Amino acid sequence: MTRDAGAKGLDARLVVRRPEFDLDLALAAEPGEVVALLGPNGAGKSTALRALAGLVAMPAGHIRLDGTDLRPLPAERRRVGMVFQDYLLFPHLSVLENVAFGPRCQGAGRRAARRRAGEWLERVGLAGYASARPRALSGGQAQRVALARALAVEPGLLLLDEPLAALDAHTRLEIRAALRRHLAGFAGAAVLVTHDPLDAMVLADRIVVVEDGRLVQEGTPAEVARRPRTDYVARLVGLNLYRGTAEGGTVVIGGTEGEHTLDTVDSLQGEVFLAFAPSSVALYRTRPDGSPRNLWRARVAAVERQGDRVRVRLAGPPFDAVADITPASVAELDLSEGSTIWAAVKATETHVYPA
Amino acid sequence: MSRSSRPPWFLLLPALAGLVFLVLPLAGLLARAPWSTLGTRLGQGQVLEALRLSLVSATLSTGVCLLLGVPLAWVLARASFPGLGLVRALVTVPLVLPPVVGGVALLLALGRRGLVGAWLDSAFGITLPFTTAAVVIAETFVAMPFLVISVEGALRAADLRYEEAAATLGAGRWTIFRRVTLPLVAPGVAAGAVLCWARALGEFGATITFAGNFPGRTQTMPLAVYLALQNDPQAAIVLSLVLLAVSVAVLAAMRDRWVRT
Repeated sequence: MTRDAGAKGLDARLVVRRPEFDLDLALAAEPGEVVALLGPNGAGKSTALRALAGLVAMPAGHIRLDGTDLRPLPAERRRVGMVFQDYLLFPHLSVLENVAFGPRCQGAGRRAARRRAGEWLERVGLAGYASARPRALSGGQAQRVALARALAVEPGLLLLDEPLAALDAHTRLEIRAALRRHLAGFAGAAVLVTHDPLDAMVLADRIVVVEDGRLVQEGTPAEVARRPRTDYVARLVGLNLYRGTAEGGTVVIGGTEGEHTLDTVDSLQGEVFLAFAPSSVALYRTRPDGSPRNLWRARVAAVERQGDRVRVRLAGPPFDAVADITPASVAELDLSEGSTIWAAVKATETHVYPA
Repeated sequence: MSRSSRPPWFLLLPALAGLVFLVLPLAGLLARAPWSTLGTRLGQGQVLEALRLSLVSATLSTGVCLLLGVPLAWVLARASFPGLGLVRALVTVPLVLPPVVGGVALLLALGRRGLVGAWLDSAFGITLPFTTAAVVIAETFVAMPFLVISVEGALRAADLRYEEAAATLGAGRWTIFRRVTLPLVAPGVAAGAVLCWARALGEFGATITFAGNFPGRTQTMPLAVYLALQNDPQAAIVLSLVLLAVSVAVLAAMRDRWVRT
C-alpha cells in the first residue's frame, strides 16, 4: 500500500526491534478514518502506537502524515494527539490546565489556551469540572478529559491506546458511544489499539489484526468478523475456523490425526479457510437418521455456561470444534466431560473463502 | 477505618523507650534554663548576630543545594553512563564523612594554597576560608547529599509516562522538567530541602574547620553554643533553647505547608 508523498492522511511502515519481538507493520489511514489495531497482549499494538507518537525509536521504516515524514521529528513536534490507557492526566494540574497544557506548549498565551481548553471541555460535556483535580474524576470523566487534552492540540493524527480498557462494563458502554461520536467529528486520521473485538467493531472503520508484530488480517469490521484468517480472530468473533484445500464442493482440512473432508456449498479451488458458527453445530447422542453431510464422532472436552447458552468444546479426532447449545439440550444429551457424542454441521452453514 | 488497632506490647515498650530517649535531653534543657534572666541574655548582641548568621547561611546553602542538587539527582536517577555507581557513592560520601574531615578536605581544596583555592587567589584575589562564604560552602558540602538522596528517590518513584504524555502534547525537555517533572517530585524536593536546611543549621565540624569561629562573620549558633559552654554554661543553655525553638518552629511551619502526608 504505497501512496503519493503528497497524499493526505497516514501512511506508515513501523519497524521496531525488541528482545521479545520484531514489529514490522504497514499502516495507512485516510483523513477521518478510524483504524483499529486488534491483537492479543504482547502482539506489538501499543509499541506500534508509541512508534507513531515518537516515544520509541524506529531503526527503519517511515511515518508520513499528510505528506510529511514524522520519523526524524521528536515526539513534541509531531502534531500527534495521544490518549493513554490510564489517561495520565497530570495530577498536579486542574482539569482545565490539563487540557490547556498542549495549546500552551504550542505557543498560545495563557488566556487563549484556557479559552480553547474550556471549549474542548464543553464539547466533551465536562465544562463544570474545569477547576477539579484529576483524582476527583470518575474513570469515564477522566477518559473524556484525556480525549479533550489530546484533541486540544489539533492533531493531524489521533492515537488511542486501549481507551476503554480501564472502565467498568456499564461506563464502558456509555463512553464507547460518546467516543464514537467524537471520533466521527475528528477530521484527521485516528489509530486505536484494543484487544476487545467489540470496541474495534463499534469504533473502527477498518480493523488491522496484529499478531507477533506482523499484520495478519485487514478489512472492515464486517469482513473480519465474517472471514477470520487466524485462530485468534476466529476465537474473538466466535467462529470455528479451519484451513484447508478446496476441491469441487468439498474442503480437506488438516485434523488432529490426519486429514478430514467436509462438504460445503461454495465451489472454490485451492487454499481456503472454512468457518462455521458454534450455533450451527448440532449434537446427537446416537447417530442421527437421514444424516446431514458433515457428521463426526467427537469427545466432549469441556462444557461451559455462557450467558443463556452452553458452550461445548469438542476435541478431535477428527478435529477440534466449539458448539453452542441450550441448557435444555445439555440435560437431554446427558453431556459430561469425556463422553462421546455425534456432531453435525450442514453444508449450507459453512462458509468458505480464499486463504 | 475507625477501628484503631492497639499496638502490641513488644512494639509499644521499645517505642516508648525510644521516645523518652529522644525527648529527655530536650526536657533537661528546658528544666535547667535560666528563665529569670532569659530576656536580658537574649538581648545580647552576640546571640542575635549568631542567630542571624545561622539562619542566613543555612538558607543560602539550601538554595545552593537546590540549584545544584536537583539536577544532580536527576542525572543519578535518569542518566545511564559507565561509572554511575561510583558517582552515586561519591555523592553520599559527605554523609558518612566526619564533618571535621570534610572541613579539612575543603581547606585542602579551596584554602589559600589549596587545589582550586590557589588559582582563585592568584587569578581573582578571592580567598574563601574564614569568610561567611566559607560557612555557606561548608554547610552546603555536608547538607547537599540529604537533598540529592531525597530528590533522587522521588524521581525514581515518579511515573515517566507523564513526561511522555507531556511530550505528545508538544512540550520540550525544559517545559517537561519545569511543568511536569518538578511538580510531580515537589514533595520529595520539599522534604529534601527541609532536611538540608536543618542539617545546615546544625553544622559544626566542617564550619569551624573551614570557616573558623569569628563572631559576626563565621560564628554560627552551634559554634556559639560550644564556645559558651566553655566559660558560661548558662549562656550555652539559652543559645541552645533559641536554636531549638527556631528549628522546631521552622520545621513545623514547613511541614504544614509542604510535607503533607
